[in-house]
Amino acid sequence: MSDVITKRATRRSSGAFGDSVFEWLCRGAGLLVLGLLGAIIITLFIGALPALKHFGFDFLFSTKWNPVEGREEFGAAIAIIGTLLSSVLAIILAVPLAFGVAFFLTELAPQWLRRPVGTAVELLAAVPSIIFGMWGLFIVVPFIQNNIQLAWGEELSAIPLIGWAFNSTNYAGTSIFAASLVIAIMILPFIAATMRDVFEQVPAVFKESAYGMGATRWEVVSQVVIPYTRISVAGGIMLGLGRALGETMAVTFVIGNANRLPGSLFDATTTIASVVAMEFPESLSGSLQQSALLALGFILFIISFIVLAASRYLLRSRLKG
Amino acid sequence: MNASTAKPLGMLQKAPRAGHSLRARRRFVDQLVRILCIFATLVGLFFLGSIMVTLVWRGIATLDWVTLSREFQPTTYGDPDAPRGGLLHAIMGTFVQSGLGIIIGTPIGILVGTYLSEYAKGSKLGEAVRFVSDVLLSAPSVLVGLFVYQILVRPVGGFSGIAGAAALSIIVIPVVVRTTEDMLQLIPNTLREAVVGLGAPKWKMVTLVCYRAALSGIVTGVLLAFARIAGETAPLLLTSFGNNVVSWNMFGAMASLPISIYQQANSGFPDLIQIAWTGALLVTLGVLAINVAARILVARRK
Repeated sequence: MSDVITKRATRRSSGAFGDSVFEWLCRGAGLLVLGLLGAIIITLFIGALPALKHFGFDFLFSTKWNPVEGREEFGAAIAIIGTLLSSVLAIILAVPLAFGVAFFLTELAPQWLRRPVGTAVELLAAVPSIIFGMWGLFIVVPFIQNNIQLAWGEELSAIPLIGWAFNSTNYAGTSIFAASLVIAIMILPFIAATMRDVFEQVPAVFKESAYGMGATRWEVVSQVVIPYTRISVAGGIMLGLGRALGETMAVTFVIGNANRLPGSLFDATTTIASVVAMEFPESLSGSLQQSALLALGFILFIISFIVLAASRYLLRSRLKG
Repeated sequence: MNASTAKPLGMLQKAPRAGHSLRARRRFVDQLVRILCIFATLVGLFFLGSIMVTLVWRGIATLDWVTLSREFQPTTYGDPDAPRGGLLHAIMGTFVQSGLGIIIGTPIGILVGTYLSEYAKGSKLGEAVRFVSDVLLSAPSVLVGLFVYQILVRPVGGFSGIAGAAALSIIVIPVVVRTTEDMLQLIPNTLREAVVGLGAPKWKMVTLVCYRAALSGIVTGVLLAFARIAGETAPLLLTSFGNNVVSWNMFGAMASLPISIYQQANSGFPDLIQIAWTGALLVTLGVLAINVAARILVARRK
């Protein structure tokens, strides 16, 4: 279509000049966006170079983080592990909930209820990160501390095989579990919205034929809807993971910000994004610490880029449809 | 994907054997899943409710003229005669930086969306731009802060409102791109053909007809972008840093609501935490109101 239009328009030479200016303006803006991503990667990498040169490959594997002047030593291992661990835990918590919400909104809810509930879940996605952080710090953290750790900590630790996951000497409540829980609530709407959209794309004929054979709703969803949409569902989960990895303010409030490997769910640790948010504003311009933080940022960018690219690849059929 | 749709046949094989126990079990599983899904939805709604109730309950006490009209004051240490601080500086800062972020980001976003919808059909460059824009939409915003710090703060030697606005504009672009492209796609081609058939050049078709037809959608995108950046904290922490007074100097550090909330919530003083709650209530009410308004705009269009 556009070719025909362009040809016709150019024949009436009056608009030809305006046309090429406008087209290049649009294309230039597109190139600017491409350049922006490139510039972010390159800038972070250049900023990271001093630290990467100083510590070499050890930066990736070192668990030390010591900003004290004269004895500076920086390693990314704990922040990377904390980021991955908290995000994966958040996914484990969020996916069943998101599936429940999506199933409810597409199959179970009466028509009049779908819009308000759907809107409410979408509004959850609009609440700023810092609000989740404050709510997490003043509501979720004390709840975990008083109603889970102090109330059930010993019983949970005594469970054979998985008891170690609850065995902690950290009774502050700020923990990787608190962080994962808050992240899970934040990414829930994104995963649920994607799942709902792809569930709705299943041709009604497929579902009707299954219902016609006497299948229950659960059988329709588990044997028709999910097999039909599983690639897009995986894409939605990856999208949630991508968001979870970069979650900053909410995590900073509740994770405890300790450069330690978490030995259990209730231990404090840290993530890349929260180290950057905590330490960067106070670090000296041009210092080794700042460079190490930029290197962390670079690593986070690479990880989220891969996850988001994978998500988009998995969701491509939905994007075209 | 399509091959897997043959799976329901598995149920056919089960059906002839369907005794009472099997039927009961199937019904039981169905009910169980149904209850679990309703429970999951209630849990999701409960969190939204819990956040809103907490914000109102904790924040309403100081939601008054004093908070809205005064700048930051240090903690009163419980002294009732000491002047209580407010959030005026932060509210101003948020409007100035977010406003500027929108002013910079919106035209770029609209142009990119136009490019994707009107010029880049099936082209490699278009695919790449769409991909990058989608990645930027979900990329960690703290990294945008780091980027802007490196190019606008470090060379100048100080935090600035300009840098904050620049960081926010980078977050605005992909939001506006997405809505603009989606809205332009909704315009029927017959409309475009009619305009071009009258002899109008393509750029006039886009700017005078398509933009007008997609106006409410594009406005929705801009509103959503504003709501998004009004609550952004991490990028501002690294770029405009925060300030305790009303400042119109775009080249100096500038306050913003999210940063004020962050700093006062972590201060440890109950009176400052109280003001942080009020700030949190203000931000959330504002952001949610804009979201609801945007949704109404879209719904009316449909």
